[in-house]
Amino acid sequence: MYFRHIEDESAASPATSPSPPELTRRQFLQLTSLAGSGLTLGILLPGCGSQPGAGSVAGPLTMPFLRVAPDNTVTVISKHLEAGQGVWTGLPAIVAEELDASWAQIRVESAPAEVPTYQNMAFVPMGVHAQLTGGSTAVANSWQQLREAGATARAMLVAAAAARWGVPATDITVSEGVVSHAGTGRKATLGELAGAAAKLPVPANVPLKNPTDFKIVGNEQLPRLDARAKSTGKQQFAIDVMLPEMMTAVVMRPPRFGARASSFDASKAKAVAGVVDVVQIPRGVAVVGRDMWSAKKGREALSVTWDESDAEKRGTTELMKEYRALGRGKEALTVKEVGEADAALAHAVKRVEGEFEFPYLAHATMEPLTAVCRLSPDKCEIWAGCQFQTGDQAAAAAAVGLKPEQVTINTLAAGGTFGRRATPDSDYISEVASIAKATGGKYPVRLIWTREDDITGGRYRPLNYHRITAGLGKDGKVAYGQRIVGQSILIGTPFESVLVKNGIDPTATGGSAAEQYDLDHARVSWTPPKVGVPVLWWRSVEHTHMAYSKEVMIDELAQAAGEDPVAFRLKLLGKHPRHAGALKLAAEKAGWDNPFPKEKGRGRGVAVHESFGSVVAQVAEVTVSGNKITVDRVVCAVDCGIAVTPDVVKAQMQSGIGYGLSAALYGKITLTDGHVDQTNFHQYQVLRINDMPRAVEVHIVPSRNPPSGVGEPGVPPIAPAVANAVRAATGTRLHTLPFDLAAARRAKA
Amino acid sequence: MPIKLIVNGQARELDVDPDMPLLWAIRDHLQLTGTKFGCGMALCGACTVHIDGQATRSCVTPVATAQGRQITTIEGLSTPAGHAVQQAWIALNVPQCGYCQSGQLMSAAALLASNPHPSDADIDSAMAGNICRCATYVRIRGAIHQAAETLSAGATA
Ligand code: FES
Ligand code: FES
Repeated sequence: MYFRHIEDESAASPATSPSPPELTRRQFLQLTSLAGSGLTLGILLPGCGSQPGAGSVAGPLTMPFLRVAPDNTVTVISKHLEAGQGVWTGLPAIVAEELDASWAQIRVESAPAEVPTYQNMAFVPMGVHAQLTGGSTAVANSWQQLREAGATARAMLVAAAAARWGVPATDITVSEGVVSHAGTGRKATLGELAGAAAKLPVPANVPLKNPTDFKIVGNEQLPRLDARAKSTGKQQFAIDVMLPEMMTAVVMRPPRFGARASSFDASKAKAVAGVVDVVQIPRGVAVVGRDMWSAKKGREALSVTWDESDAEKRGTTELMKEYRALGRGKEALTVKEVGEADAALAHAVKRVEGEFEFPYLAHATMEPLTAVCRLSPDKCEIWAGCQFQTGDQAAAAAAVGLKPEQVTINTLAAGGTFGRRATPDSDYISEVASIAKATGGKYPVRLIWTREDDITGGRYRPLNYHRITAGLGKDGKVAYGQRIVGQSILIGTPFESVLVKNGIDPTATGGSAAEQYDLDHARVSWTPPKVGVPVLWWRSVEHTHMAYSKEVMIDELAQAAGEDPVAFRLKLLGKHPRHAGALKLAAEKAGWDNPFPKEKGRGRGVAVHESFGSVVAQVAEVTVSGNKITVDRVVCAVDCGIAVTPDVVKAQMQSGIGYGLSAALYGKITLTDGHVDQTNFHQYQVLRINDMPRAVEVHIVPSRNPPSGVGEPGVPPIAPAVANAVRAATGTRLHTLPFDLAAARRAKA
Repeated sequence: MPIKLIVNGQARELDVDPDMPLLWAIRDHLQLTGTKFGCGMALCGACTVHIDGQATRSCVTPVATAQGRQITTIEGLSTPAGHAVQQAWIALNVPQCGYCQSGQLMSAAALLASNPHPSDADIDSAMAGNICRCATYVRIRGAIHQAAETLSAGATA
C-alpha cells in the first residue's frame, strides 16, 4: 500500500502534531511489496471452494469492482468513501451503464483496503499508490476503470448466454438487466447467467459503449442508492457499530497543540460508575466505559498533567501580526513568475491593492470522528468512515504492532468528511488502535470524539494572509503580484517527498490568477511560517483562500477600469475556454445582461474558478440591511466534463455553496495563548437553513470530456461572488473572513 | 431503580444513571442508532426525537424525565406526516451524508403535524435548530413543501 518512493525522513511524524505513531521503513517496504500482488481486473477466485462444481451454473460472478449474484442483484464494489458526495450512486451508475443492468438491481458495498486493485488512479502519476478518496477524484479516476469492469462483465455474461443457447454472442442483446436472443426468444437475467460466466476467461479490450447510447450515465432522474437508508435512520455509520462486549472510549487530549501527557491520576475517573479502564496512549489519555455517558463522565473526573514545553503558545492575533510582517517583508519562495510583474505594476494606469486575512477553519463534520477497533493477537479489525484506507491500515498496524495485511478495514458511510477523515497520520484511527492495544484487546472498543474534541482538535484549514497588487497597463494588459503567507499542509507528512516540488506546497499556493487567467505579467510568492497548529485540507483546500483573493481583486480591477465584471473576465479568459463557458452560462442564466434593480442594499456579484479539473462560475444576489448580509439567489454553472449523475452534481454544487457560505458568514477558529477559543456550535457557528439562499439554481455545461470532480469545486466561488455583490451594494470591500461588514465599514471610514 | 421508558410504543426497562441523556440511553442501551449524536448541547438537532409528539433534543433530556411519556425515534416514525416527509426526502434525493437527516425528518414531521402548510419562512424558523453540514437545506425546504402537498391531497381525497 502507500507510497512507493518514500524516504525514511519523510515517514517521520511532523514535529507539530501530537506524537503520531511512525511507520518504519521496513513497514513501508512490506506495504510496498504488497502493492505488487493484486489484480487490477479479472476474476478473483473463479469457481473457488464455496462454488458448485464445473457442471453447475449457480453461483456469483465475482470481480474486483462488481459481483453479480444468483439472486440477480449486482453489487458494485466502491473503492471510495461515501461521505455524502454521492459516490455510492456515481460509481454504480458507471458500472450499471456498461453492464446494461437495471438500476433497481444495483447495490453497493465498500471495498477492502488493497492496492493496487483499489488505489486511486489519480495519484498514481505522482508516485502515490494509495487507496484514498480526495481531491474530488472519485468519479474521474474510476471512469475508465469501471466502464471497463462493467463492459467486461457484460461480455462474460453474454458469452455464457451464447454458450448456453448455442447462438452467436453478437446476436445477443442486454437491456435493463435482461439478456435476450431475438431469434430464439430466449431470455435470462444477469443473475441466472452469473455462475456460468464466472467459469469463462476474462476477455481483454472489451469495447465500451458510445456515449450517445448512455441511458443511466447522465440520467437526471436517477435515484440515489442511499436515499432510502438515509431517510429512515437505517444507514449505518461508525458511531452505530455495536459489537458484543464493546466498550466506548473518549480521549483527553492536550490542551495546547504539541503538549504531551506527563502523568495522570485516574482514581476519580475510575470511581465513576461504568468506567472500566483508563489508559495512556501516544496522543493522550483514554477513558473507557460501558457506554458513552460513563466514558464522558469519567473523562470529566480525570486529571492529567501536561508537559507543555513544546506546545504552541501563540494566539491567532499574534500569528496574524507575524503573517502581516512576513507578507510585507522579504519574499520567500517563488510559486509562479510570468513576464515582468514589478515593472508592469509600477507603470500601471489603474491599480488596486488588497490585504486579505483568512482564519483557521474546522471541518465540523456532522458525525464527529468515530472508529471501532477489535483486536486479537493476530488480527485487527477497524470500522470507520475511512477516507484513506491504506494509510489507516498502516497506522492501525503500527499502533498495535501487527502487519498491515493483518488489519482489516471496514469502510462505512461517513457522516461528512470535507477532508477531515484523510489525515496523513490517520489520527483517530491510530487512537482507537492504540486504545485497543493498551487495553490488551479485552473488548472491542469504540472511540467517539465529542463535538468539543472536534472543534478544538486542530487539523484546520490554515490561517492565511495574502497581499495583492493588480494593475492594468496602458496596453490593456493585466499585471498581478501576490504574496501568500500560510502554513504548508504537506511539508512534514509522508506526502511531502512526492507532492512538494522545489519547496512549494501546491496545497498552499495553487489556483492563483497566474494560472487561471491569461496574464502577461504575474508573480506569486509564498512564505510558509512555522506554527504548531496542525492543519489539513478543508473542502477545496488552497482554493478556499486562493479563489477568494483572486476573484475579489479581479473584480475590483474591473471596477477601477470601469468595465463590466463578466466582460472584463472574459477578455482575460481567451486561453481558458472552459472558464469562459461556465462564466457565460452562469451570467446568461442569471440574466446578467439585464440591469440589476437599483434598490438600496441590493447587489449582484460574480466569480469563476477552476479546481480539481472542474470550472464553476457563480452569480450571487444579495440584500444588505444594516450590517446583515442575506444571499437571496445563487446561479451556478459547472463544467465537470460528462455529468455522470447530474442530480448528484447539482446536489454537490448546492452543498458547496452552503459550505462556502458558512465559512464566509461565520467560520472562524481563533486561539488565545495557544488555546482554541471555540468549543461547540454556539461558538463555531455554521450555516443554518435560515441563511441558505432561497434560490440556488445549478446549470451543467454540456460536455463530452471525461468526468472531473464535483465534491469540492462548488465551494471556492461563492464567498468572492457574495463579497463582490456586497461591494456592488454598499461600496465596502470585504477582505477579511468571515465577513464583518461593521468592521469593514469602520476600516474604510 | 430501573428507568421505564415507552419507546416507539414498546415498554422498555433500563438500568442506567437517571441523569444519562435520553440520546445515549436509546443509542447505547436500546440499540436504536437512527438517532444521532452531533453536539450534546441542543445546538444541532441531530438527536431530535418526539416526546409526546413534540420535537425534543434527546441529548439534553435526562432519561429519567422521559419516563412514562411517549418517545418516538426515527425507527418508529409512523405518523402520516412522518411517512410523507420520508417519501418526499427519498423522491427529492435530499440526503447527502445522511447523518443529520433523522433529526431533520423528526423536526419536519413535527412541523407538518402542527402547521400543514408552512411557508419558506415557517420552515426556516422551525428547522433552524437542525444543522446540515452538507447544506441540503434547499432540498429540505422543497421536500417539506412536497410532503405538505401529499398530506393535503390525502386529506381531501
Ligand atoms: S446532539 Fe442534540 S442537538 Fe446536537
Ligand atoms: S446530509 Fe450530511 S449533515 Fe445533513
